Amino acid sequence: MSEPNNRRPYRVLGTTPLREDGVEKVMGQARFADDVFLPRMLHAAVVRSPHAHAKIRKISTHKATAMPGVFAVLTGSDFPTLEPTILSHSDASTTDDLKDISENCMARDRVLYDGHVVAAVAALSRHVAQQAAEAIDVEYEILAPILDIEEALNEETPALHEDFTPGQFVLQTKKASANASGFEMNIGEDQDAFSTAEVVVEKRYRTRCVHQGYIEPHAVTVQWGSDGIMTVWTCTQGHFAIREQLSIVLQHPLSKIKVIPTEVGGGFGGKDLIYVEPAAALLAKKTGCPVKMVMSRAETLRGTGPSPGAVINVRLASDKKGTLLAADLELLYEAGAYPGGPVGSAGLAATSRYKISNQTIRGVEVLLNKPKMKQYRAPGGVPVNFAVESTIDILASKVGIDPLDFRLKNAMAEGDRMVTGLPCPKIGGRELLEAVRDHSHYRTPLSGPRQGRGMAYALWFGAGKTSSVSMTVHGDGSVLLNVGTPDLSGTRLTLSMQAAEVLGIDVAEVSARVLDTDSIAFSYKTVASRTTHSTGIAVYQAANNALREMARRAAVYWDIEESSVAITRGSFSDLGNPSRCLSFFELAKLLEKLGGPITVYGNASPGSNGCQLAAHLVDVEVEVDTGKINLLRYTAFQDAGNAIHPDYVSGQMQGGAAQGVGWALNEAYFYSEDGKLLNTSLLDYRMPTAVDLPDIETVILETPNPNHPFGVRGVGEVPIMPPAGAIANALYNAAGIRMTELPMSPGTVLEKIKENID
Amino acid sequence: MARNHVTTTINGDPVEFLCDTEQTLLDVLRDELHLTGSKEGCASGDCGACSVTMDGRLVCACLVLAVETQGAEVETIEGMADGDRLHPLQQKFLDHAALQCGVCTPGFLVAAKSLLERNPDPTESEVRYWLAGNLCRCTGYDKIVRAVLDTAAEMRE
Repeated sequence: MSEPNNRRPYRVLGTTPLREDGVEKVMGQARFADDVFLPRMLHAAVVRSPHAHAKIRKISTHKATAMPGVFAVLTGSDFPTLEPTILSHSDASTTDDLKDISENCMARDRVLYDGHVVAAVAALSRHVAQQAAEAIDVEYEILAPILDIEEALNEETPALHEDFTPGQFVLQTKKASANASGFEMNIGEDQDAFSTAEVVVEKRYRTRCVHQGYIEPHAVTVQWGSDGIMTVWTCTQGHFAIREQLSIVLQHPLSKIKVIPTEVGGGFGGKDLIYVEPAAALLAKKTGCPVKMVMSRAETLRGTGPSPGAVINVRLASDKKGTLLAADLELLYEAGAYPGGPVGSAGLAATSRYKISNQTIRGVEVLLNKPKMKQYRAPGGVPVNFAVESTIDILASKVGIDPLDFRLKNAMAEGDRMVTGLPCPKIGGRELLEAVRDHSHYRTPLSGPRQGRGMAYALWFGAGKTSSVSMTVHGDGSVLLNVGTPDLSGTRLTLSMQAAEVLGIDVAEVSARVLDTDSIAFSYKTVASRTTHSTGIAVYQAANNALREMARRAAVYWDIEESSVAITRGSFSDLGNPSRCLSFFELAKLLEKLGGPITVYGNASPGSNGCQLAAHLVDVEVEVDTGKINLLRYTAFQDAGNAIHPDYVSGQMQGGAAQGVGWALNEAYFYSEDGKLLNTSLLDYRMPTAVDLPDIETVILETPNPNHPFGVRGVGEVPIMPPAGAIANALYNAAGIRMTELPMSPGTVLEKIKENID
Repeated sequence: MARNHVTTTINGDPVEFLCDTEQTLLDVLRDELHLTGSKEGCASGDCGACSVTMDGRLVCACLVLAVETQGAEVETIEGMADGDRLHPLQQKFLDHAALQCGVCTPGFLVAAKSLLERNPDPTESEVRYWLAGNLCRCTGYDKIVRAVLDTAAEMRE
């Protein structure tokens, strides 16, 4: 890993301390959601539809109910009936219609995808619950499923829903046809940009559904007390989100729901929506016992929200010197069974790294008989980045310019107008592309035949939103930091580091916790690369509040005006008598006599977390007999703003790149002709192993984000975007074949190689 | 149906338990003995999150029936540290930031320990192939491979 390129005057930031929660994790003691065991606890299992689309005629539960060890059975009729409900507050946990979410948790009169839940049962053991679930008899009237985008858009295809609330994730869509809703963004006035341009390239791309692939399946335990207070233990990216969704779906007051976040075994955008939580809660209410529900891997793949497949049409125009003049994009994304997929965020990120004066971007999301699509790391960003970065390489080659020079020539810079119409904020795009150009990887010749080098470039926005923290300075000088954003990857440490930096103490003196919904003020989810940035701002505030309160106590101790106390990096002194000085630790020890320990708060709601930028460079070798693509060398470049913990930044870059490589080369949902998911195990849904990946070298640049006190940018999402485009471009340079579909699996590549020979 | 009585050794301690015939070793470790360090990621032997050793052999606990452990020696992640003293692999995983969410970590540690017992001087390629039965979705494996190689080097000294 390369060190960040400029040293700044920080004591803690930029170092690589060890995480406090790490010891429990390497010892197998950390408590994840499935590790919750309560007295009298029952186990739940669900019945899932084997059909992609069917009416439910009848559910017979008597056989299950009669089985020894079975305590309760639940069907859709046990759920409250909701009117369409959209949350409008700016920190809403979901922008989906909660009526849809309720029906996604348990079908009412119709099942809309293979794996849709139709009933649930609570029993003494998981095994008995599963047997009872199998004994529940459901009569279906099978309906014709809609399985692909073109079919859903065909005017003759019947509507999946009589009516629907158009999706509004990031961008509001409007109903466009029976099964689709969309948006359009335009900038530029030149109607003739395409007809007058010297070089125009148009290409159609197709990608398929992929899953986030977190290793820990969804799990929840619910206790519903006789006082009506519901306690929920679950692995989630947002426990306040789960509380809000449960409150509406079960029509239960927010004040009577307590959600306790456990450790989370990966989320990547897939763990902020309720699935089996309401059923577990209703079973707990019915039985008076705590109820635990753990999904199997097959259930996780069939029944939770993967990232949508897409069809993307890209048209780009440039002059003969290689200046981009116009872009026209059509993004058709699957929504799945209910609206609200990530087409809006895909549209925003489609071209935003390039300066293009005339642009039209149309996004459409399409309802069909697959699971309700969800966010997955840079939601919607991978398919469109693959499409645009492939087309950029084709265009550069037509113009006769090196693809890197082409990207440099057209790179968006501060003040340029983006497709949103807004000026681009401060970003280090040019610097990043120059870092690629100057890197030894770029300058080292390839070593054999059938090898090629390719790159892709990406920008992602992320989000700000609300974070709350509290901080206590104890009388022994130790500091407790409580936060409301779940820790998916080490953020307790990156937040403690920011606290220690402000307080002027060692990071080992700060102990951080993620508290439950009763114990800390509202915080938005750990999503959109926001926690180290946005919760970090709240931590910065709290730490400064703590210093101010300590200064006040010092003033009392010395009997001087508060304004006469100077705070300098972990020590307090009397301006009128500089020989009087207390270290943070010394003053903390006096707190007991000066009013007790100090507890302060921080709360931030930043508008964004600054743009994230990444460029990836990859060397591939293609096996012409099998179509297999081998990765020989991989370098990821990223602007982190300020790399708080450089190892964690590089870890995000490597992990994102690995997921992007899986998406590019292997991962896809395979459906039968009647809409059953065929690959429901991790053997058949094949994610990259240690053997499939090379070392992933990382180069971190730091262009400080003006909207964070330490210059932090979001880091986590953007590295998943470039791999597919970079590999496709490298493959073209290796074998002269242009892949327009993902995944670029050996079979599809081999087919293309054969086509090329014919 | 009567439950099976099994006598076995787990992390050096004699252990007796009752189990149903269809229960796997993973079910018993987690649900009966509350040794929850072994994780269930797939229950089909594809992810390695439940890796344990049985009579010195690396296995997925989800693919072993609990009754098969009669008389066997089982080692789990809970037996890896010596009290509070971490095994060198555990320490190196922390030093190299080789975990993010941490759910796959116990399985990787058990598998890596098993590798180093057989091959104290593995090449990078040997480490990658040995660990190919363990899935990690957070790290891209790079830091895990470094941590194992670094441990091997240190333990050889």
